[in-house]
Amino acid sequence: MKRLYKVELATKLADRVYEYWIHAPQVAHHARAGQFLILRLHETGERIPLTISAVRGDAVRVIFMAVGKTTEELATLRAGDSIKDVAGPLGKPSEIGKYGTCCVIGGGVGIASTPLIAKELKEAGNHVIGIIGARSADLLILEDEMRAICDELYITTDDGSKGVHGFASDALKGLLNERTINRVWIIGPAIMMKVTSGVTVPYGVKTYVSLNPIMVDGTGMCGSCRVTVGGETKFACVDGPEFDAHQVDFAELMQRQRIYTSQEKVLLERFAEHQCRCGEGGHHHG
Amino acid sequence: MGDRPADVRVRDFKEVDTGLSADEAIAEAERCLQCKKPLCVKGCPVCIDIPAFIREVAEGDFPGAARTLKEQNMLPAICGRVCPQETQCEGACVLGIKETPIRIGALERFVADWERQNGAELPKTARPTGKRVAVVGSGPAGLTAAAELARAGHAVTIFESLHEAGGVLTYGIPAFRLPKDVVRAEIDQVLALDVRLKKNYLVGRSVSVDELLGYDAVFLATGAGLPAFMGIPGENHNGVYSANEFLTRVNLMHADAFPEFDTPVLHGGRVAVIGGGNVAMDAARVARRMGAKVFLVYRRREEDMPARRVEVLHAKEEGIEFLTCTNPTRILGEGCVSGLECVKMSLCDLDASGRPSPEPIPGSEFTLDVDMVIQAIGTSPNPLLVSLIPGLKRGRRGNVVVDENGRTSIPHVYAGGDIATGAATVIEAMGSAKRAAAAINAMLREE
Ligand SMILES: Cc1cc2nc3c(=O)[nH]c(=O)nc-3n(C[C@H](O)[C@H](O)[C@H](O)COP(=O)(O)OP(=O)(O)OC[C@H]3O[C@@H](n4cnc5c(N)ncnc54)[C@H](O)[C@@H]3O)c2cc1C
Ligand SMILES: Cc1cc2nc3c(=O)[nH]c(=O)nc-3n(C[C@H](O)[C@H](O)[C@H](O)COP(=O)(O)OP(=O)(O)OC[C@H]3O[C@@H](n4cnc5c(N)ncnc54)[C@H](O)[C@@H]3O)c2cc1C
Ligand code: SF4
Ligand code: SF4
Ligand code: FES
Ligand SMILES: [Mg+2]
Repeated sequence: MKRLYKVELATKLADRVYEYWIHAPQVAHHARAGQFLILRLHETGERIPLTISAVRGDAVRVIFMAVGKTTEELATLRAGDSIKDVAGPLGKPSEIGKYGTCCVIGGGVGIASTPLIAKELKEAGNHVIGIIGARSADLLILEDEMRAICDELYITTDDGSKGVHGFASDALKGLLNERTINRVWIIGPAIMMKVTSGVTVPYGVKTYVSLNPIMVDGTGMCGSCRVTVGGETKFACVDGPEFDAHQVDFAELMQRQRIYTSQEKVLLERFAEHQCRCGEGGHHHG
Repeated sequence: MGDRPADVRVRDFKEVDTGLSADEAIAEAERCLQCKKPLCVKGCPVCIDIPAFIREVAEGDFPGAARTLKEQNMLPAICGRVCPQETQCEGACVLGIKETPIRIGALERFVADWERQNGAELPKTARPTGKRVAVVGSGPAGLTAAAELARAGHAVTIFESLHEAGGVLTYGIPAFRLPKDVVRAEIDQVLALDVRLKKNYLVGRSVSVDELLGYDAVFLATGAGLPAFMGIPGENHNGVYSANEFLTRVNLMHADAFPEFDTPVLHGGRVAVIGGGNVAMDAARVARRMGAKVFLVYRRREEDMPARRVEVLHAKEEGIEFLTCTNPTRILGEGCVSGLECVKMSLCDLDASGRPSPEPIPGSEFTLDVDMVIQAIGTSPNPLLVSLIPGLKRGRRGNVVVDENGRTSIPHVYAGGDIATGAATVIEAMGSAKRAAAAINAMLREE
């Protein structure tokens, strides 16, 4: 049998941010904007969700930030290495339709999710505005790709090292004051989604956010990923991950993202120690 | 042989019941009356020829007994361990009227374990028919249908969304009741019949409904894995789990062996498990093995608990404290669990099910000092795939509606196990899968 889930390409995009292409035909052939996959590196590994950022033939792209044990370990894989398990596509696809003018906003590594959504919105006949924001210019990813897809692209950096000095929410506010925007997508860290989606409330613009609670199976069987939306409990892995931003209980989401902070720290320290002992401290990337 | 002492077994995940020795098995088998009209067989949903296999055990012909078992049941080591025999085969055994019934489950387990340790024989399969059958889900229903259909010569592919096969056998039932190498060995025997297993395939997502319906026949066995929550305040605090999540983290992801395994799970010091079924007992006993003081909170009386008696007994032996006639009303805490508010229940009037219906007693509220809560109040049929299939008729509880042969409202689509019945048992799932497989076989032969 052909070895599945081979890493075809592994590139470092920015500090701690990596782009991987993984051979996973069953995922690639069915993936739609807004969906994610779950991978498990090896026999003792955990299952972690990553957004499907692009598709080419039998391969899917994920873009991730190394923040803990599993993502750090994933970042040590090179082209030709294999991942034990990849399941997907998971979650509901984005609600693509012909809305008029749509704005797709990515913050930090959340920018990874924006190209597929922007592309499908464009194909559905929308005028698509992209806003991508990062802390600084060197952390900004996928600029060329988004520029090629979107009708307009705005860039913001927190430190002003590129584009507009400020947050994506500032750019969005500016646009909302100027013209009619029919739908907004926001993908990024929970706090960024909370703040940015707050901007569209007074304008009454339907706004989607892609929630990232802790997941295990990703198929609706455990409830680890439960979030409160409009006062109701939803399972983000099957009912989402995209939800109506104005209904989301972000405080609860952020609290639930911290459930395992102390264990995660132990695991990462252990991993870092192991990496040192094996003399593989650095990454294999250029 | 028998159960390991409670104080020893709560320190590990090794099997509680060590099983019968060969001599014990033969002696037990010799008690069987070899009834001409064996009632026990009527109590077995997969129709094992019980007197025949027991006779073979009595004669010391263990390979013969294994062959007889596998004629009807490809998962005997599993069934011997987890079937609720007291309400199935053993409940029907004629000896049960005056004395104790034959320990059919223990004998079945003995034979299956003996065979596994001494080299298993593979049952014969028919010549290939050229028909393709898709089985969705690799729990007991899916595995059973796959084995039956493969033996009939069809090309069977099982799709499983998780990275391991087995369904609840793998992610739900803990190793101290059902060791995972036993499960894997019996799954491997099914796969050895030339059954293809595609793991990491969530049908409906990784395989489209159109692709699925393109098979000559489809068997849906996606189970009842959707966990219910009580809907009380504080339910999304850190430290509140569904039993499914807690058990999956431990059984499937091995969080008990963190940090050797990467998946974390919280270790409660004092844990409340809500519910009175097998799932609640399992969650409580797992939490106990991870070092917690465990309270089992159930709103009716102990005798009303749907769990098997032996599980209740084992849980008590292991030091689980039972709080019956008690209903949780609120989970306390600021983000993390700091207690469980409960109210005592009185049980007077009988409800529709003939059980006393619990009513809260005013003023009896109290707070249980716990830092973790596990809800084991039931699960319902997995909605994901079945809601994506146009025209598939479903019942009120979300279950797929089937006739007695597992036929759904779509001609070449069949269903069995928990997706059709709602949460039930391993052996009922297998029984329904066998009937559906027979009907699928008949349909494919006619074409
Ligand atoms: C639907 C979805 C899509 C995602 N897409 C991306 C993406 O495209 N790129 C990206 O960089 N990150 C993405 N994430 C987040 C990513 O899953 C986590 O960063 C990753 O699991 C961290 O694992 P770790 O072991 O390296 O770090 P850890 O140290 O274990 O965790 C760091 C933090 O990540 C979160 N996390 C940990 N485990 C999980 C888990 N099993 N599921 C979800 N979150 C977890 C927690 O908030 C935790 O505090 C996504 C999350 C979800 C739910
Ligand atoms: C903790 C626990 C303890 C139990 N103890 C006992 C016991 O002691 N005795 C007993 O008889 N019964 C017990 N039961 C009940 C018994 O396990 C179930 O009735 C039985 O497993 C049902 O079998 P099934 O094949 O229908 O479904 P499951 O075992 O639930 O298997 C369904 C499988 O389908 C997969 N799946 C779902 N959707 C898809 C999809 N779209 N695509 C691909 N795959 C999919 C799932 O991942 C899963 O692996 C217990 C249940 C639990 C939860
Ligand atoms: S399969 Fe279950 S019900 Fe049938 S004989 Fe064995 S233990 Fe009894
Ligand atoms: S009913 Fe009991 S005694 Fe009779 S054949 Fe079955 S197991 Fe033996
Ligand atoms: S991750 Fe288990 S239900 Fe969503
Ligand atoms: Mg982690």
